[in-house]
Amino acid sequence: MSLTDQDISRIANLARLELQPDEQQRMLSKINDFFSIVEQISAVDTTGVVPMAHPVDAMANTGGIHLRLRPDVASEPNQRDANQRSAPAVERGLFLVPKVIE
Amino acid sequence: MTDLHTLSVKALAESLRSRQVSAVEVATRFLARTGGNPNNAFLDIDSEVTLAQARASDAKLADGTAGPLEGVPVAHKDVFVTRDFATTAGSKILNGYRSPFDATVVQRLRSAGMVSLGKLNCDEFAMGSSNENSAYGAVTNPWDTTRVPGGSSGGSAAAVAAGLTPAATGTDTGGSIRQPAAFCGITGIKPTYGRASRYGMIAYASSLDQAGPMARSAEDCALLLSAMCGPDLDRDSTSLDVPAENFSAKLDNSLAGVRVGIPKEFFGDGLASDVRSAIDTALTQLQDLGAKLVPISLPRTELSIPVYYIIAPAEASSNLSRFDGVKFGHRTQDYTDLGDMYKKTRAEGFGEEVKRRIMTGAYVLSHGYYDAYYLQAQKIRRMIADDFQRAFAECDVIAGPVAPTVAWTLGNNANDPLADYLADIFTLPASLAGLPGMSLPVGFGTGHMPVGMQLIGNYLQEAQLLNVAHQYQMNTDFHLQHPAGV
Amino acid sequence: MSKLVQGYEVVIGFETHAQLSTQSKIFSRAPTAFGAEPNTQACAVDMALPGTLPVMNVGAVERAIEFGLAVNAHVAERSIFARKNYFYPDLPKGYQISQFEIPVVQGGEVSFFLEIGKETAHKTVRLVRAHLEEDAGKSLHEDFIGQSGIDLNRAGTPLLEIVTEPDMRSSDEAVAYAKELHKIVTWIGICDGNMQEGSFRCDANVSVRKPGAALGTRREIKNLNSFKFMQQAIDYEVRWQIDQLEDGHAIEQATVLFDPDTGETRAMRTKEDAADYRYFPDPDLPPLVIGRDWVERVKTEMAELPRVMAERFVTQYGLPDYDATLLTQSKAAAAYFEATSQACGQPKLASNWIMGEVSRRLNTGDVTFDNLPVSAAQLGALISRITDNTISNSAARQVFDRLWNNPDQRVHDFNERGGFDYALTIVDKIIVDDGLKQMNDSSALEAIVDEVLAANPKNVQEFKAGNAKALNGLVGQIMKASKGKANPAQVNEMLNQKLG
Repeated sequence: MSLTDQDISRIANLARLELQPDEQQRMLSKINDFFSIVEQISAVDTTGVVPMAHPVDAMANTGGIHLRLRPDVASEPNQRDANQRSAPAVERGLFLVPKVIE
Repeated sequence: MTDLHTLSVKALAESLRSRQVSAVEVATRFLARTGGNPNNAFLDIDSEVTLAQARASDAKLADGTAGPLEGVPVAHKDVFVTRDFATTAGSKILNGYRSPFDATVVQRLRSAGMVSLGKLNCDEFAMGSSNENSAYGAVTNPWDTTRVPGGSSGGSAAAVAAGLTPAATGTDTGGSIRQPAAFCGITGIKPTYGRASRYGMIAYASSLDQAGPMARSAEDCALLLSAMCGPDLDRDSTSLDVPAENFSAKLDNSLAGVRVGIPKEFFGDGLASDVRSAIDTALTQLQDLGAKLVPISLPRTELSIPVYYIIAPAEASSNLSRFDGVKFGHRTQDYTDLGDMYKKTRAEGFGEEVKRRIMTGAYVLSHGYYDAYYLQAQKIRRMIADDFQRAFAECDVIAGPVAPTVAWTLGNNANDPLADYLADIFTLPASLAGLPGMSLPVGFGTGHMPVGMQLIGNYLQEAQLLNVAHQYQMNTDFHLQHPAGV
Repeated sequence: MSKLVQGYEVVIGFETHAQLSTQSKIFSRAPTAFGAEPNTQACAVDMALPGTLPVMNVGAVERAIEFGLAVNAHVAERSIFARKNYFYPDLPKGYQISQFEIPVVQGGEVSFFLEIGKETAHKTVRLVRAHLEEDAGKSLHEDFIGQSGIDLNRAGTPLLEIVTEPDMRSSDEAVAYAKELHKIVTWIGICDGNMQEGSFRCDANVSVRKPGAALGTRREIKNLNSFKFMQQAIDYEVRWQIDQLEDGHAIEQATVLFDPDTGETRAMRTKEDAADYRYFPDPDLPPLVIGRDWVERVKTEMAELPRVMAERFVTQYGLPDYDATLLTQSKAAAAYFEATSQACGQPKLASNWIMGEVSRRLNTGDVTFDNLPVSAAQLGALISRITDNTISNSAARQVFDRLWNNPDQRVHDFNERGGFDYALTIVDKIIVDDGLKQMNDSSALEAIVDEVLAANPKNVQEFKAGNAKALNGLVGQIMKASKGKANPAQVNEMLNQKLG
């Protein structure tokens, strides 16, 4: 299968990317180039194979496959100034954004 | 000492410990070499910061509280966040970003005594194989400045090869340490997934990203890797709870009887003859050192390309959502509303390849396609990991080429991203399985460009890889050769 | 028992977000306290600064396990955290870490009693699941011209999202369910239940259909933060949907907000791609594994659940289900009942008094079971004075009034017999002071009886003529004349002798 221009528009919106017309065209052809090599995976018989979400899954010898749990202790000091040092727009400690309409 | 910049990490550490040279002298010498930013390798330098660290190191060397690498310079790939240097990940969207904290890896190398020279250029968000995807310009290969240094840790590889730093940090998601190391004729290792903390490493593909050292020799890599690795249980849930190792102490075992697996899929038609002959020679040299070559098969090697280029972009599309112009980084100047602000900010901030991967990733995760692409890729990823375990029943380490060719010329693949993807074929399998892999220089190909050999080990077998590489390097001098003028 | 509205059946399902009462955030070490200065409790992880990673809080998992046990659900040995991807300014990472395919709590049910007029019915609502996730920050729209301010203090607060089957058939059932769920999470202490501060937020999925028809299209009412609004919102929504259908309009799936001022619901501006969250397992978080031993340990450490306690009240004290359920509405009420019935050895009487005299006074005034003016020992003493015929019920009510209005006489340590004895002396003193002691001296009573009979020949006639009712009139007169001190049983006996 190959993607359509509509697919590109839909995904660009999902990903919050503004694409210029020429960019959109290039995007479409490059991604379709890529999907030409992707299709071979559908031919692979994966019946009964457990998906591997993570490499630690495969590391039987490390046993490191469980989520580690941290004690419930609040130890982070207030570092608002340092954390907001690179913020584009801040007022009275709040991040400013164009009005959010609900 | 006139040739400080050609000394190994080991040699520098010794001369610093024996006070033949001070950390400030060493730092000053290397800072001088970075003047004019050769090869466009650096993205941020701040001699004040570097010299302050050097002075602190001299104090420790004086009062006997020095760390194992006290005073030895290092430079960090720009995907590691740093408090004292700007961090951009090679992207415009993070132009001028200052992190309030240091990455764990940066912290650990500093507490081992290393002095930071600055931040190194890389492909934007580590997405690329040629370092041409940096928003701050391509990096050139010190062996031939018309060629690429490889990627994504291209700045790291070029800086070491050009003698701008004795060692550097890199990150490897699909080959980003091994391939540039090969292209620039240096040594680099990607440890087992989870060995080095990912805290403070700007995420590209979380289930694949791994930090590692890049230096001239396996011996030097062992020194840095020993300092970088170890559990970071409070900060990284995927950090392995296995004690740090002193890899330097495990380099002297003979190769007698070591079984080296040769995957036939790594030696197909796709492999350039110049690379092939260099690798073949290296394999015979390993044989001469007592190693036993065993033919093996990694049948899904070719599938690793689509599998990787589905999984990595999927994770990336989500990891890069935080770059939205709200909390940090670039925000577009003119926008009509919130949605417009998001779209313009991200359109301006991200480069073309990054956008392409975000789009691909969002697509394979989107409604109706998840099972066919993402889930199917994860299943094949499991099969690829299982193939390796079958192979390791017959051998101790796997050896083969890092890349099908030597470094190509700048702009060569500019309009053909797929060509870059295909060139990753030999490094992707180990990445998908989370196995440790390294690259060491084993000769030269067309245009006297370096050729790298890849070694892949089983989980947590970094010591064995480093040992094989070190034994090889004790009997060869490719790792000691420099580009002209260095 | 589903009642129809204009011939339509109402179908309601709930999604409740309960903030878990942990000290620190679910994936970071920042504090969770409410009401701090903007962004002072949002650390680098909560702000999604580059390079930060999540590390799971054991306290959140422990609370999820407690909830699972409280609602008889299955606590999954292995559950998965997934990323829910969407862009919103109060969502710092551009995705929410939640659970999708495999949640930590699976199944379960919530049962409660519900009064419909005079009837009380028992209702069980099935749970689909409860999963762990992180809360988002807050957008403040006030006093920023054309802009919103983002406060991420709340971002990363642990939430348990509790999802029901569409089992509720009226707003009454919905509110009763929400109250029961609220009781459970506060009883076991995993959530402070503060609805104003948003610690317990309910979303109601409402649809209507003709009986027997397939489920109608639902509209989701978001963030109902009081039981009162919940009822108003659902009732309005039901009427609205029925009107739409009656006018021949189809219902379109939507998310709506309830406006307490207008009492109406209105559709939210929906994110056009809300449908496509691109869920996938979070590669930063390996599977959450909960061993049976852990679940067992939590079980043994957990406080007795209201459901279990109610069952015990039935078996141990022989109370009816209804009494047992009402008495276990709160820990304090249950404790007060147990102390009282232990003091007097009369569980049913204790229950009657608590559900009668005590709760009647609680409904008026700001007294709660935690600060009752009448201690359990005093009520116990009072009841024991009824059972030993010292005072009549009506007299007892007068004593109770005095105790209630003179809280200075409280006996605090009512668990000690000493406390009970002291309570007895207080009760007895009031009985003597107010002369409420039951008149068991028959000659005195006889005098009153004769007086009343003489004064009411008409009643006597009627009774002799066979009208039993007439006797009640006489008894009433006699009780009145004795200022409630006569023993009704004795009075009846005496009348039967004299008139028999």
